[in-house]
Amino acid sequence: MNKRKFTLYSKKVLEHFEHPRNYGKMKNPDGIGKVGNIVCGDVMYLYIKVGKKKNDKEYIKDIKFQTYGCLAAIASSSVLTELVKGKTLEEAIKIDRTQIVKKLGGLPPIKMHCSVLASDALLEAIYDYLTKNKKPIPKILKERHKQIEKERKEIEKRYKQWIKLEEELNNEGKK
Amino acid sequence: MPKQIYLDYAATTPIDPEVLRAMMPYLKKEFGNPSSLHRFGQITRVAIDDARRQVVKFLNCQEYEIVFTGSATEANNLAIFGVARTLKKKGIRPHIITTKIEHHAVLHPFKELEKEGVEVSFLAPNKEGIIEVKEIQNAIKENTVFVSVMYANNEIGTIQPIQKIGELLAQLNKNRKQKIYFHTDAVQAVNYLNCNVKELGVDLLTLSAHKIYGPKGVGALFVKKGTPIEPIIYGGGHEFGLRSGTENVAGIVGLGKAIELVEKHKNDIERIKLLRDKIIDGILKIPNTKLNGSREKRLPNNVNVSIAGVEGESLVIALDQYGIAVSTGSACSSKDLKPSHVLLAIGLSPKEAHGSLRITLGRFSTEEEIDYFLKVLPKVVKRLREISPF
Repeated sequence: MNKRKFTLYSKKVLEHFEHPRNYGKMKNPDGIGKVGNIVCGDVMYLYIKVGKKKNDKEYIKDIKFQTYGCLAAIASSSVLTELVKGKTLEEAIKIDRTQIVKKLGGLPPIKMHCSVLASDALLEAIYDYLTKNKKPIPKILKERHKQIEKERKEIEKRYKQWIKLEEELNNEGKK
Repeated sequence: MPKQIYLDYAATTPIDPEVLRAMMPYLKKEFGNPSSLHRFGQITRVAIDDARRQVVKFLNCQEYEIVFTGSATEANNLAIFGVARTLKKKGIRPHIITTKIEHHAVLHPFKELEKEGVEVSFLAPNKEGIIEVKEIQNAIKENTVFVSVMYANNEIGTIQPIQKIGELLAQLNKNRKQKIYFHTDAVQAVNYLNCNVKELGVDLLTLSAHKIYGPKGVGALFVKKGTPIEPIIYGGGHEFGLRSGTENVAGIVGLGKAIELVEKHKNDIERIKLLRDKIIDGILKIPNTKLNGSREKRLPNNVNVSIAGVEGESLVIALDQYGIAVSTGSACSSKDLKPSHVLLAIGLSPKEAHGSLRITLGRFSTEEEIDYFLKVLPKVVKRLREISPF
């Protein structure tokens, strides 16, 4: 029998899910990224502290996450914190979901969106830090932030329609 | 790997060894086509007839009123499309009443019928997850021809007042030009509730083999004599013309045996109910938890709770790591990410619905398993809450 097929998730995913790294709330973070939506059952908060290296480059000195979601969301959050801790902001911005998925030893196709949530949270946290400190924002980050905002609004719009539909059905039932 | 503890009997049940033993000859030596006239066929024909009699005995109906199908989903489709289309052809513009908490195998056929121009009312349950009889009464119109209400809900285990609805419709039908036909999806009820179709007052009733310790791939529909119905599958005219296709002999034999065994295990229900209550009380000791659905009007084997701050899917996987198999109404992996329509219909917020857990017991559940589950659950909840932002 093919043992790899025995479970849907890789050993690494299950290991990060059972023993997540860097989780919990951070006191006085320099930047926070909040992504996801409770309606969809996935919410992620990512906190970063930024330090300066000898060569004056800013880097992620500390990082923590809080995630409400499925095991793929939790494992993605955990592995992301490992990936970017100690990296310069410049390097961190370049990290995307493919690296997260690779480090996790793969994710089932239906769970790919969970890794996007993690990389979005990181970008939002860096964006938050740069904006708060009135620092220049790289073009790629600006674009990505815009995209994330757009997607957030779409979900809210969808959610509103759905709530409206539920109410209609409820009223119909009461008739 | 830890010991496997199966607490998901509402999803499916293991095949009872006695059922398997009854099926085996028809998977091996007795392969004949029941429609064949020779001895090979005669043997399997008799096997199907015997199985039908077992179902008939259980439901208290006639042999020609049982149609074997490929699943309960198919039986529901046959009941809904079969009756609605027949009445539509008679020139009636049918109005149909169903509920918002039906299984998708009922909800989606009705959504399809809507597209065909049939008017369908989806009634809301009360906060306890019960469809009230007066709601049905209020929804009935002059052109109402069909009512479909599930016997027991698959997610929250609430038991619907089928007999009372049956009485109401029988009363109304006395003075109506067009009779209202009554269907119930009894898939989750068969193990635990009275399924005497005469006492329930139903015209159609759906059941499934794999929820009663029988095999997958076989269901049945009771169709009361005189009910206007046409097939949804056409061919050689098997099953009184209502379900063409060579019979799944071993499956049908398994269903017959399984339904016969339900009677035998009736005195086990009280034991299961006590285990259920132990689970409910045990879970509610964890802070910020609540029971979903009525505590009293509930299947003896069903527990459904919402646990704040924890997403259901991660809870299921975390428990699976301990060898415990349960289920959730959360749907992080479904396309639209919407949580359970049943939990939303009884007034839960999306957040509460995403934090839901369903534990369903069965014939092989033991107190030892429940004690282990109740020991593991608080640990797992605590751990996941530490990771969660709320």
